[in-house]
Amino acid sequence: MSIKKIHDNQPDKFEFTKANLELADKILKKYPSDQKKSAVMPLLYLAQNQNENWIPLAAMKYIGKFLSMPYINVYEIATFYSMYNLAPVGKYFIQVCTTSPCALRGANKLVDICKEKISKNQNELSQNKLCSWTEVECLGACINAPMMQVNEDYYEDLDETNTKKILNSFLEDKPLKPGSYRNRKNSAPEKNQILTNGHKNA
Amino acid sequence: MPKIFINNNEIEFKEGMTVLQACELAGVEIPRFCYHERLSIAGNCRMCLVEMEKSAKPIASCAMPAAEGMKIKTNTKMVEKARKGVMEFLLVNHPLDCPVCDQGGECDLQDQSLYYGFDGSRFKENKRLVKDKYMGPLIKTQMTRCIHCTRCIRFATEVAGVSELGAIGRGEDMEITTYLEKSMTSELSGNVIDLCPVGALTSKPYAFEARPWELKKTESIDVMDAVGSNIRVDSYGWEVKRILPRLNNQINEEWISDKTRYACDGLLKQRLDKVYIRKNNQLVESSWDDAINLISLKIKSTSSEKIAGHVGGLSSFETINSFKKFLEEINVKNYEFREKDFYVNSDQKMNYIFNSSIQGIEKADFILLVGANPRHEATILNARIRKTYLKNKLPIFSIGDPGDLTYPYKIVGNKTEDIKKILEGKSEINDLLKKSKNPLIIIGESALELKSGKYIFEGLKEFLYKNKFINEDWNSFNILSQNAATVGALDLNFFNKPNGSGSFFDKINNHNFDLLYLVGSDELNFQKNNEFIIYQGSHGDRMAQIADVILPSPAYTEQNGFFINLEGRLQKAFKATNPIGNAKEDWKIFNLIVDKIKNKNLFTNYKTLIEDSLSKIRENKNIDTLPEPQIKKIHLTSGNFYSEQVLIRPIDYYFSNPVARASKTMSDCRIEKIRNSENRKTG
Repeated sequence: MSIKKIHDNQPDKFEFTKANLELADKILKKYPSDQKKSAVMPLLYLAQNQNENWIPLAAMKYIGKFLSMPYINVYEIATFYSMYNLAPVGKYFIQVCTTSPCALRGANKLVDICKEKISKNQNELSQNKLCSWTEVECLGACINAPMMQVNEDYYEDLDETNTKKILNSFLEDKPLKPGSYRNRKNSAPEKNQILTNGHKNA
Repeated sequence: MPKIFINNNEIEFKEGMTVLQACELAGVEIPRFCYHERLSIAGNCRMCLVEMEKSAKPIASCAMPAAEGMKIKTNTKMVEKARKGVMEFLLVNHPLDCPVCDQGGECDLQDQSLYYGFDGSRFKENKRLVKDKYMGPLIKTQMTRCIHCTRCIRFATEVAGVSELGAIGRGEDMEITTYLEKSMTSELSGNVIDLCPVGALTSKPYAFEARPWELKKTESIDVMDAVGSNIRVDSYGWEVKRILPRLNNQINEEWISDKTRYACDGLLKQRLDKVYIRKNNQLVESSWDDAINLISLKIKSTSSEKIAGHVGGLSSFETINSFKKFLEEINVKNYEFREKDFYVNSDQKMNYIFNSSIQGIEKADFILLVGANPRHEATILNARIRKTYLKNKLPIFSIGDPGDLTYPYKIVGNKTEDIKKILEGKSEINDLLKKSKNPLIIIGESALELKSGKYIFEGLKEFLYKNKFINEDWNSFNILSQNAATVGALDLNFFNKPNGSGSFFDKINNHNFDLLYLVGSDELNFQKNNEFIIYQGSHGDRMAQIADVILPSPAYTEQNGFFINLEGRLQKAFKATNPIGNAKEDWKIFNLIVDKIKNKNLFTNYKTLIEDSLSKIRENKNIDTLPEPQIKKIHLTSGNFYSEQVLIRPIDYYFSNPVARASKTMSDCRIEKIRNSENRKTG
C-alpha cells in the first residue's frame, strides 16, 4: 500500500494552475451546487497530477477551502484511498500487482527485482531519485499477469528478463514502450490461436 | 401502531423505530458500542446482531428499521455465536491493559466481554499499535484501545458542530484523529470521553486519580452558567475528583460543557480556609470571634447609606436571601447582584427568564439573537439551538456579531437602528418573523447593557405581545442570563432600582461607600480607595486580595443550595464534600454578625432558612418544574432610543468565575485557545 503518513517536508503553498482551475470548474459543474464536496475525489486527483504525483497538505487545505468542507474530511478521503500518494514518489512510480493471479504467474519475482534494482523497501526513491515502487492489489489486468503499472501505463506479460530491461530503462530515464511483452495484441490470445467459438483472432 | 414480535412476545412500536429500539421497548437489552440514541446511526461495530426470521444472516439491529410483523429473536444460539464472534474480533487488537486503564470499572467493552468474551485468545499474530494523538489539554488518548465505533467523530460533527475529528486510513490501519493533531475547538469536547465505550479517550486531568467504585457520587446542579446543567459530583474524601453529566432531557440532555466538567480542580486550589484580617496592609490569620467583632464594630460605626452589599454569580438562592435579610436587618438598601449595569425589569417573572424553555427551542421556526453569544454565555443552550437547526433548518438571525456559533446565521446589523427597524416593521426579517409560528427572540445581557437597553427590552416585548407572539402556548420573549444566581437574585429583587441619587455602579465608582460587603463577588470592575471591604467567599481571587476581612465560606459543591436556572426552573444542588478549613455556611455567618449587633438570630435553623427562601420564589415553588406562564397582566412601558453599536461583550470563557480562574485545567484550555486563534491568524 502507498504511504498514508504525512511527509515531513511539505511545501508551504499549493494552488491550482490556470488550466487545472478551469478543469476543476468543469468538474464542479457535474454536481449540484449544494453538494460541492462530491467533487473532492477528482480534485484530489487533479492536485496529485499537478504536484508530481503526490498530494501535499497544502493541497488538501486548498481543496477544503475550494469546496468549503472541513479539512479533516479531505484528509480522511486522501488517506483512505490507496491511489492518492501523500509523500513524494519517483518520476516513474512503479506499482507491482501482487494479487493472486499475478502472484501465481510470478509477481513475487518482479517484487524481488524491484527490491534489487530500485530500493530495498517500498515507497523509497531509487538512488538517482527517478523511480520508486510499491505493491498494489489487483489492477484488473489478470489476463496479462504478471503486470505492473508505471504512472498511467500498464506493462504486461512480464518475466524476469523483461522486467529487468524495463526497470533499467526507467532508471536511465529512457522508458520502453508499455503493453504486452509477449507480443499479444491487448489481451488477445497469443499467435493467432483459434478461439473456442471458431473465430480467428480479431 | 405497528407490531413486532421479539422473542415471540408481541409488542407495539412507533413508526420509524429501529429493531434495537423496539427490543428495548420489550425489555430486551442489546449489547452495542457504536449505537447512541443521540447520534446518527453508524452500524459499524456489529455488536447488536440479532436473528430475524427469513433472513439467512443475523442483522444489525441498530441500523435495521423495525417493520410490521417482523419476528426477531435475541436469545438463540445463532445470536450468541454471532455476538461472541464480533467480540472476539474486537478483542483481537484491543490491548489487555484493563489494570492500568482509566476506563476500568465503567468500560462497555469490559462489561460486555464478561458476557460474550472468550476466556482465551486464538489470535497468534502481533497486535496492532497506534500512536497516541494529541487532542488538547482535556482529552487523554490511548489510541491502541480504540475499537472504531466513531461515536466521537459523530458527536463532534453533529452535536458540537466542529468537524475536527475524523478517521484516517482504513481497515486495520484506521485511526481516529483531529486534523494534524490540533486540539478540538469546542466547549463541549469533554463529552467524547463519556461517549467513548472503551478507554481510548479518557479525561486528562482525572488520569489515574481514582477508580469509579471508590468515589462518592452526589447528584447536583452546575453553577458555571445559568443553564443549571444536571451533574454528578464524584468525590474522594474532601476532594472533588470529577464532574459528570446527569441525563435531563429538559435541560442538558446528557452533555455538559467543558467548564462545568473541568473547573472542578479549581475547588482544590486558591481556597480560603481561614479567617483573615488586614493589619498594617497585610492579611493576618485570625479567628471568627475577632472578625465578627471587627465587622460588627465597623457596621455600627458606619451610617447605613454608606454600606453596600454585592453578591456573586455562583451564589445559591438561600445565600442571596439570607444576605438580603441581613442587609435589611442593618438598614442597608444598597445591594446589587449585577456585575455590569444592564437593564432589568423584575415586575414579572416573565421579564427575566428564558420563557420558551430550553426544550421549547426544538419547536422554534425562527430565531433572532439580540446582542447574545449563546455559545459562550450558555453552551448547552447553544447545542440545543444547533440540534434544532439540524432538524428544522430554521432561519437564524443576529443583531451584533457573536462569531462562530457552530451553525449558520445571518447578521441583520450591528446597530440599535436595526432593532428599531424590526420594531417598526421595516426590516428585511419582518416578513419571515410574521410568517413564523414559534419564533424565538433571545436578548443577551450585552444588549441590555447599552443606553438603549430599556428601549430594546420594552420595545421588543411590546412588539412581540402586539404581534401575539406572547400567548398562552408560546412565549417568544427570552432573556439569556449569564450567571447561575441571576434569576434567583431577580426573584428577590436584589438590586437597586434606579432612582434620583444615581445607580449603584455610579456610587461604587465614585467611592460613595465606606463599607463593602462582598459575598462571592469577584467580577465587579472597581478600584479600591478607602473602603473597608469584607469578602465572604470560597476562593482567594480578585476581591480577596483587596479585602480587609476575609470570611471563608463553602463552594457550590460543599453546601446544599437552591438554584433557579435561566428558564426559571428551581433545582437543588446537594453537598458533596465538607467545607474546608474553618469555613462556615453563608447564612450562619450572617447569623453570627446579627447576633453580635442585635443579639438575635436571622434564622433559627436550616429549616427556617429553607422555608423562608422557598416562600420568596415567585410563581414556582416546586423542584424541577417551570413557572406558570403569566400572560394576562403584562405591563408595557417604553425607553429612550439612542443610536448605538450593538457590541457583544466577549467573555473570557475559561476564566469567567473564581472557581474557573483557580483551575489549572481551565487555564491550560485558555492558553490552548489563545494559541489556536494565533495559529489561525498566521495561516
